[in-house]
Amino acid sequence: MSMLNIFNVAGSAVSAQSQRLNVTASNLANADTVAGPDGQAYKARQITFQTQLMGELGAAGVKVSTISEDQTPGRRVHDPNHPQADGEGYVTYSNVNAVEEMVNMISASRSYQNNVEVMNTAKTLLLKTLQMGQ
Amino acid sequence: MNRITDSIDFHGQALSLRAERQRLIASNIANADTPGYIARDVNFAQALREATSSMQPVRAVSTSQPGHIAGMAGGPLAPHLLYATPSQTNLDSNTVDMDRERANFTDNAVKVEATLRFINGSVRTMLDAIRGQ
Repeated sequence: MSMLNIFNVAGSAVSAQSQRLNVTASNLANADTVAGPDGQAYKARQITFQTQLMGELGAAGVKVSTISEDQTPGRRVHDPNHPQADGEGYVTYSNVNAVEEMVNMISASRSYQNNVEVMNTAKTLLLKTLQMGQ
Repeated sequence: MNRITDSIDFHGQALSLRAERQRLIASNIANADTPGYIARDVNFAQALREATSSMQPVRAVSTSQPGHIAGMAGGPLAPHLLYATPSQTNLDSNTVDMDRERANFTDNAVKVEATLRFINGSVRTMLDAIRGQ
């Protein structure tokens, strides 16, 4: 039953996109973080998707392949009175780009909606198929 | 007997091909953000012509030795799978065009419904003829 596989495909995409939303949320939440548990400033995380074959030919789902840390240096602000200031009086903030993260968030939520729409359509069609010949 | 069920058989074949195409387009939509993914679609008219004609479609390769790799039995659509040409190039070489895929998805969904109505119509006609009322 090939139509039932649509739920696996769209479901994997919904779960991958929600993970992307999750990463975006932690990036945005830590946009002004000065230091993390390891004493270093927070590094923005980026998520990468990968195609996942689902048995039948033509059914391709998505999975999250890696979550990598952005290695660009963080924002440095001169603030000698700050408790986290270094010897030169600079404070290193996280390297999160808030605008980029907002764009990422909108893109993820649109993709999420698209896949939910796909599942709704597939459900309607399957229900109509169930009523065939009545 | 064949005369009676012939038209339903045709629509049944069309319905199963439509369901496969629906799944194909769902895969394209799911992979809209996957780097390097290449969107696929199918030549529906040709697939339907082949499925409804007496000509046997291309099947998976047979394996006679233990070392042979079993071919993927891809269903009736497998020989007709094509790659979509991107209308705008993308930095991550993903060729999914969301507008086109959504349009295809809706178009296919409407046609699945139409096929279902054709089948329902044939069944009802036949039932009426059997009852004779």
